[in-house]
Amino acid sequence: MEKLFADFSLGLFVFQTLIFIGLVLLLKKYAWKPILDAVNEREEGIKNSLESAEEAKKEMASIVADNEKILKEARIERDNLLKDARSMKDKMISDAKSEASVEAEKLITLAKTSIENETLKAMTELKNQIADLSIDIAEKVLRNELSDKKAQMSLVEKLVEEAEGNFSTKQ
Amino acid sequence: MTNKKLSIKITFLLLVLSIFAIGQDHSNNAEDVHGTPVEKDVKAEQKEFIDHHLKDSYDFSLFSYTNDEGEAVHIGMPLPIILFDKEDGIKMFMSSKFHHGEDIAETGGVFYKVYHNKIYKTDEAGSLDFDEHHHPTNYKPLDFSVTKNVAMILIVSALMFWLFTNLAKSYKTNNGIPTGAGRFFEPLILYIRDEIAIPNIGEKHYKRYMSHLLTIFFFVWFVNLFGLTPLGVNVTGNITVTLALALVTFFITTFTANKNYWSHIFWMPGVPKLMRIVLAPIEVLGMFIKPFALMIRLYANMVAGHVVLMSIIGLIFVFGNWMGGTLTFGLAFGLSILELLVALLQAYIFTMLSALYFGSAVEESHSDH
Repeated sequence: MEKLFADFSLGLFVFQTLIFIGLVLLLKKYAWKPILDAVNEREEGIKNSLESAEEAKKEMASIVADNEKILKEARIERDNLLKDARSMKDKMISDAKSEASVEAEKLITLAKTSIENETLKAMTELKNQIADLSIDIAEKVLRNELSDKKAQMSLVEKLVEEAEGNFSTKQ
Repeated sequence: MTNKKLSIKITFLLLVLSIFAIGQDHSNNAEDVHGTPVEKDVKAEQKEFIDHHLKDSYDFSLFSYTNDEGEAVHIGMPLPIILFDKEDGIKMFMSSKFHHGEDIAETGGVFYKVYHNKIYKTDEAGSLDFDEHHHPTNYKPLDFSVTKNVAMILIVSALMFWLFTNLAKSYKTNNGIPTGAGRFFEPLILYIRDEIAIPNIGEKHYKRYMSHLLTIFFFVWFVNLFGLTPLGVNVTGNITVTLALALVTFFITTFTANKNYWSHIFWMPGVPKLMRIVLAPIEVLGMFIKPFALMIRLYANMVAGHVVLMSIIGLIFVFGNWMGGTLTFGLAFGLSILELLVALLQAYIFTMLSALYFGSAVEESHSDH
């Protein structure tokens, strides 16, 4: 202990204290502060970059998800459109078919009625002609036969008889 | 790689050579001081040499040898002596006037003499009066000489200033990325910030103490490392230096302490009233014991390292044969590597404990107390 006290030197103590405090202050101003500031700044920079990179990654992921969503929607839309188109086509075909068959039916009915009419007409004409002809023939026959009075009378009787017969069967 | 090995070899060669040479010189010195030529054995010579090495000195001697005429030749440089003499005013002269403690220095008609590493005022004949404890009773002027240690402190300070201002500049010119030596020092600075300052002091207050912690770490480390070079300096192994460093820590702790720190010393919360009265003196004592331990720890570690290393190197001369020499050299080499680690470790411990004390000074009171 005595040796320690003997070793103590005031001059050295004062020098050491002053130099050390001076060194702390000088280094603080010219070295430590700039160094620590630079390091801090760099660390902040790295932190920020990492954060923004993370953000960008997230954004990318959301964009990809959005894209997929849009694609999916587009696909559904397309499928719907195709489905609609197909059903429309089917409907059109079936509509056309049914319309055509209706039309055809109509035409056939029309044709049938016109044929019937024509037939009726032809028949009537034919009947009329036949009647005319028969009347003509009958006129001629009658003129020939009814040249005498007796024959005329018997015919009248006969016709009446016939007409009566006709009349009773008709009733 | 080979360069590095070569420089290590040369370093050791120089160390061994310088010890040998100065050792020779000191036997002469001893004879001069005591007046009677005593034939000393190697062990005593080495003890004296080691003792001398551990002390501060007035000149920066690198090594010395005895020439063919039997004269001690010293290689080194003189340092300025600055004395405040209450009778004769300020005296300044170079330490070469003392001739390595062998001569009386005369300046302006006043005479000074170095005795046991202290400067005493004396007369032309250099006579000293001694009391019964063999202490000189001559007048001792106030000594503000730039001794070897002061010179070394200045050199290390200049080196640190140059190194770290350059590092700071390299950040500016290089977009915040260090270059060269900065790549080595930046991790250390970050380590002190992230592993020492922030965990011990806390995120809130650590910035106030960073400058001091960084300076003290690099100062102690560099000075320790210089102590391992053949320059033969022993700055951190000097109690005055460690006292100054510990006092700086003590005063910073004391003057930045908050209410919580003082209440923990004088009126410990959370314990019975009687205990508080008992604890107060213990805590007050603790305030001073902490920096005291800081001072002794660094001093004792560095002194022990130097003594052990030099004693082992000294063994080479005790054995005096090639076997012992080789073995001892190997041992000294291994120990030097260990000392390199100790140099860093002591700087780390000093910084770490300083941070711990600062942390206790600014600690906020917790509800769980």
